[in-house]
Amino acid sequence: MYQFDFAKPKTLDDLKALREGEAEVQYLAGGMTLIATLKQRLAMPELLVDISAIDDLKGLSKTADGLKIGALTKHADVASNADVKNTIPTLAKLAGMIGDPQVRNRGTLGGSVANNDPSADYPAAVLALKGTIHTENRSITADDFFVDLFETALDEGELLTAIEVKTPTRASYQKFANPASRYAIAGVFVADLGGGDVRVAVTGAGPCVYRLKDFEAALAKDFSVDAIKGLEVSADGLNEDVHASPDYRADLVKTLTMRAVKELTD
Amino acid sequence: MQVSFTLNGKPINADIDPRTLLVEFLRDQQSLTGTHVGCETSQCGACNVLLDGVPVKSCSLLMVQLDGCDVISIEGLASGETLHPMQQAFHENHGLQCGFCTPGMVIAGIGIYQRHGDAVTEETVREELEGNLCRCTGYHNIVQSVLAGAKAMAAAEKGA
Repeated sequence: MYQFDFAKPKTLDDLKALREGEAEVQYLAGGMTLIATLKQRLAMPELLVDISAIDDLKGLSKTADGLKIGALTKHADVASNADVKNTIPTLAKLAGMIGDPQVRNRGTLGGSVANNDPSADYPAAVLALKGTIHTENRSITADDFFVDLFETALDEGELLTAIEVKTPTRASYQKFANPASRYAIAGVFVADLGGGDVRVAVTGAGPCVYRLKDFEAALAKDFSVDAIKGLEVSADGLNEDVHASPDYRADLVKTLTMRAVKELTD
Repeated sequence: MQVSFTLNGKPINADIDPRTLLVEFLRDQQSLTGTHVGCETSQCGACNVLLDGVPVKSCSLLMVQLDGCDVISIEGLASGETLHPMQQAFHENHGLQCGFCTPGMVIAGIGIYQRHGDAVTEETVREELEGNLCRCTGYHNIVQSVLAGAKAMAAAEKGA
């Protein structure tokens, strides 16, 4: 690791004061990605700011039409929380599929979403469940938030504080995980939000989470496997790596989408 | 930086370089070498410890994050000569071959019991050991050990 200074503010005001200093600030939450990145010397922050003691970033509550989850909420807590399990069981299930139990005991929702790893699970849920990303001074819709590979709409130093998602009438997340890292080689979150509003969000396959709008339109008209079986997923721009080719990923995405719809209609 | 926390029931005050990982501190500064370094990339679980009661990977934790926390390493599980029920279960079920992954497996096993109790199924144990690698591939006895350890932990709690 390169050398860095460390601070652990207890309030957002303390954090603001740190940010107004001269040092370049990097936030640390659970550290499940960042600490590995530091160890590989792929990041060189001047000031590492551990945000885990800030109470304003914690908590999980029901809203009129969904859930609001604090940025510091750990994957293990989303997976086991009674409100999540009752309201959006698919979200609890997804959280329980991230990494392994030890990673889930540290990793946070906010960290995962802010990092926007192309293979992370949460971005698919947040995009499919019409999420809203709250920061200290604004709210950003998920459609505007996830921009590109590891890139989000967050400005330099802007802190993600909480995420709101809407409760679907039914939803399914299907993931084809890399058996070593447990990251998604492809993952598809299908959410039927009611009133003909269907969302299909894909992670792992492309440089950034994205929606399959032609599949959404077909499912909005007729929520069945038959309605999408004739559609094709384009391999253009999909990821190519040692695990899978773009064509393989495109095929996986369609298969996973059909599995999700099948699970919801059987 | 000053860091104060509890390690195996003992208060620790240490002056720490912010870059120090928990596993480095345990092994190099406390000579607690039961916590192993396997992959160093949070895949293998050989470095598992209990942080505020739940299993985490000590290769992916900075010491400076631990101020005010409670850490238990594999050395802190036994009471004197009496092994922790999960350790005893690994002993009785021969849940190890070379022993390198064992401390992390024991800690992971405790986490599995905490989440599922003694009614935990073999399928769940196998699934939840996904963050622990045994390169001897001795998983069969490890799974049996965790199942037996969960029962022993429940019995110990009822007896207590």
